[in-house]
Amino acid sequence: MSETAAFFRRALRHRSFVAGGLLTALVLGMALLSLIWTPYVATALNIRHRLALPSATHWLGTDALGRDVLSLILAGAQNSIMVAVVSVGIGLLLGSLLGFLAAARRGWIEELVMRFADFTYAFPAILSAIMFAAILGPNALNSIIAIAIYNIPIFARVVRAAANSVWARDFILAARAAGKGAFRITIEHVLPNILSVIVVQATIQFALAILAEAALSYLGLGTQPPTPSWGRMLNEAQSYVFRAPLLAVWPGIAIAMAVLGLNLLGDGLRDLTDPRLARRR
Amino acid sequence: MPFFLIKRFATLLATLWATSVIVFLVLEILPGDPALLVLGIDASDEQLAAFREQYGLTRPVLERYADWLAHLLTGDFGISYAYKSPVWPLIADRLTLTYPLAILAMLLTVVLALGLGIYAAARHNRPGDLVVMGISQLGISIPNFWFGLLLILLFAVNLGWLSAGGFAGWADGPGPALLGLILPSLSLATVQAAILARITRSSVLEVLGEDFVRTARAKGLGRRAVLWRHVLRNALIPVITVIGLQFGNLLAGAIVVEQVFSLPGLGRLIFQAISNRDIEVVKAAVVLLAFTVVLVNFVVDVLYAVIDPRLKMHDV
Amino acid sequence: MSGPLLSVRDLTVTLPTARGPAMAVRGLDFDLAKGETLGIVGESGCGKSMTALALMGLLPEGAQAGGSVALGGENLLAASEKRLCDLRGNRLGMIFQEPMTSLNPLHRIGDQIAEPLLLHTDLSRRQARERAVDLLGRVGIPNPRSRLDAYPHQLSGGQRQRVMIAMALACDPDILIADEPTTALDVTIQGQILDLIRDLVEASGMALILISHDLGVIAETVDRVLVMYAGRAVEAGPVHEVFADLSHPYARGLFAAMPRLAAGGAYPRPPLPTIPGIVPDLHDLGPACAFADRCSLAEARCRAEPPPPVSSGSGSHWAACWRTEDARALPIGGAA
Repeated sequence: MSETAAFFRRALRHRSFVAGGLLTALVLGMALLSLIWTPYVATALNIRHRLALPSATHWLGTDALGRDVLSLILAGAQNSIMVAVVSVGIGLLLGSLLGFLAAARRGWIEELVMRFADFTYAFPAILSAIMFAAILGPNALNSIIAIAIYNIPIFARVVRAAANSVWARDFILAARAAGKGAFRITIEHVLPNILSVIVVQATIQFALAILAEAALSYLGLGTQPPTPSWGRMLNEAQSYVFRAPLLAVWPGIAIAMAVLGLNLLGDGLRDLTDPRLARRR
Repeated sequence: MPFFLIKRFATLLATLWATSVIVFLVLEILPGDPALLVLGIDASDEQLAAFREQYGLTRPVLERYADWLAHLLTGDFGISYAYKSPVWPLIADRLTLTYPLAILAMLLTVVLALGLGIYAAARHNRPGDLVVMGISQLGISIPNFWFGLLLILLFAVNLGWLSAGGFAGWADGPGPALLGLILPSLSLATVQAAILARITRSSVLEVLGEDFVRTARAKGLGRRAVLWRHVLRNALIPVITVIGLQFGNLLAGAIVVEQVFSLPGLGRLIFQAISNRDIEVVKAAVVLLAFTVVLVNFVVDVLYAVIDPRLKMHDV
Repeated sequence: MSGPLLSVRDLTVTLPTARGPAMAVRGLDFDLAKGETLGIVGESGCGKSMTALALMGLLPEGAQAGGSVALGGENLLAASEKRLCDLRGNRLGMIFQEPMTSLNPLHRIGDQIAEPLLLHTDLSRRQARERAVDLLGRVGIPNPRSRLDAYPHQLSGGQRQRVMIAMALACDPDILIADEPTTALDVTIQGQILDLIRDLVEASGMALILISHDLGVIAETVDRVLVMYAGRAVEAGPVHEVFADLSHPYARGLFAAMPRLAAGGAYPRPPLPTIPGIVPDLHDLGPACAFADRCSLAEARCRAEPPPPVSSGSGSHWAACWRTEDARALPIGGAA
């Protein structure tokens, strides 16, 4: 208990952890708020008030179809978080499974997993999304699949490396001597020891997933209208860049806030959970 | 030839082959009848059959893969369903924009990142370092296409210095063409440079702590001379790997940024092909991009051997 | 030139740590004459490496040096960085502990040896290269000309340390500082490297400061020895006098803790005696004897007042202890 308390005390003094935590909480709060309340119905059109400048009635103005930008930004947070959570979740699950398998079995299985992981750099998320969109048609599911596939080798590599270092430790030897199988050792000993590594990586990957989702939606390969999405908003704002330049600003700020928050949070978590750094502080 | 290079070359061939298999499988096995997609549901059965016959779609998958690969190796990328013409000239035309864009962005990335990263490391924990690191933290967090939009807002909308997009082509010499690529490559490079600057900084800092740096100082070299003569080459080794990996991101990013600046590059071709269901063009473009990434990473690994003598020793 | 070549007075080194500044060296005095060899011995953390780095002006970032280090009358602690660069590798040569990591892995060893020559002399590239061949031969590398283009990873640890020595000797320094030059090497190689250093020092007439935790290494190599504890000199003098008559309880303990090949080598060997306690915290040391908490002879006086240097023998051997007489009665080599 005191250890947890000590961790939080250190965490609260860590500048990038606190800043990242606040930004992330803000974005999460925006998404939660939009579930119960937005200033206007996010998808409601109001052609008479199209391209309105920020004012007391529309804090961030309205877009080309008269939708309230603030409402769209709030609701867009939902979409970004949903896509990021599902795609990183799938990537984390499958990737970690492969990583644990590689570390537990070694030999040709490990070799195969690692070759696969090495090879996937040839397919940046955008490229795989293009392939899926070409055959299945563009939609949010494709962007989720593409981002998830991109994440699998990343988690496989990180988990394998961390798990291998745990497997090399003495207490594993003791567990094996006690007759425990690879599966039980992985669950009981390896997983708890590398959980912090996985959490840190997941935080960074969330940030990258939000960026990738925005890019895919911007290209028209991801989230389709009328679902509010930050990337989509930037796509639509582009045609009005001379008439309503601010429309191209707000969604970008929202994306940057979410990504910056997660990046800072990830950096902070890494510092706080790294035992070498922890002792020095 | 050093053993390292032979091994790496074998990996290259295997990777290229695996890439071709994956692209082919994903685009051929997954559901969707190209004949129906291209000709539409109003097409008669005869028309559909003729289309399938013309593009060899009736043959077994394995045979078609072998055929496709064999043609690929001779530089034949197939026939476009939509344009009814060979794919390669279509793509080659677009590459004269996309490759220069990616290369220009890569150069900008490397120059910006090495400059800032080395500067920050040399001023470790002093204000200059903190400013550079703060900016790079921001740079990592913004989408490249949004930064492109901001550049348009600033330079085209507000200042009116450059046009908001378009590409003059290379016909009138490199001047007008490069002018059109300035903002796109800048928006691509900024984000990647932010990442690379952080990696450069930590790599330089790590090498600065090495014993041989102290040895060099003990010889009487000043701080600056040690940095240039002893630290940089060592620090560049991990940086170069990242540069190789970043090229893939830049190429993929180029496809996105082409949309921002309305550039008629490979990206535009791909999106048109997607909406036309022109699978042959998508297949060729994707495989070409993936091949490029794989080849660049091969070149990077070979560069290693030039920089690091420890890799060259295992001669066969 | 009259007076010592190097004169160190009241040298202090303060290191920044998370818990505030720590005094790694606390008022060290010693002289080094031309051609003289001095050994500095002590446990790790006693300040001997910091002393060496302070002489070179290469203290880690944030560290502060106080007092004076005079080389031929010039205070190095007040010298400009540019002046220090002129001296380093030229009049002051240094060898480090880790030959495996002290050479740049990406540069050919010939270039690394030629570097100080190009920096400090007017030799051309070609002449510096010839000189490097000569130096490699002098430090006992076989076929020196063919090894010139080798990279460090192609050499063994012992050979790398020879290259380090060649580099330090390139400009015929007045003083060679060797910080644990054999600690990282195999026992068989250690002797060869020590012999080489001794022979080179003798042949060239340069002065040597040899830093080691190993009394055996010191005994074999130098004329004079200085024992350091917690940043201070606790005993010093001509090496044969000091070893014949160890007068500080810490020095005696250090000697007792040294592994030796006993004649007739009884097996199993008796356990090595150790000095009880741990090295004191450098943050809060007063002027009193820093060893008092670990010393079996310690009394109230030891914890209250700084111990005076007590001379014995020829007069140049001294120990900083209130109870040198009793200390000389402490057993050496037996159980503590």
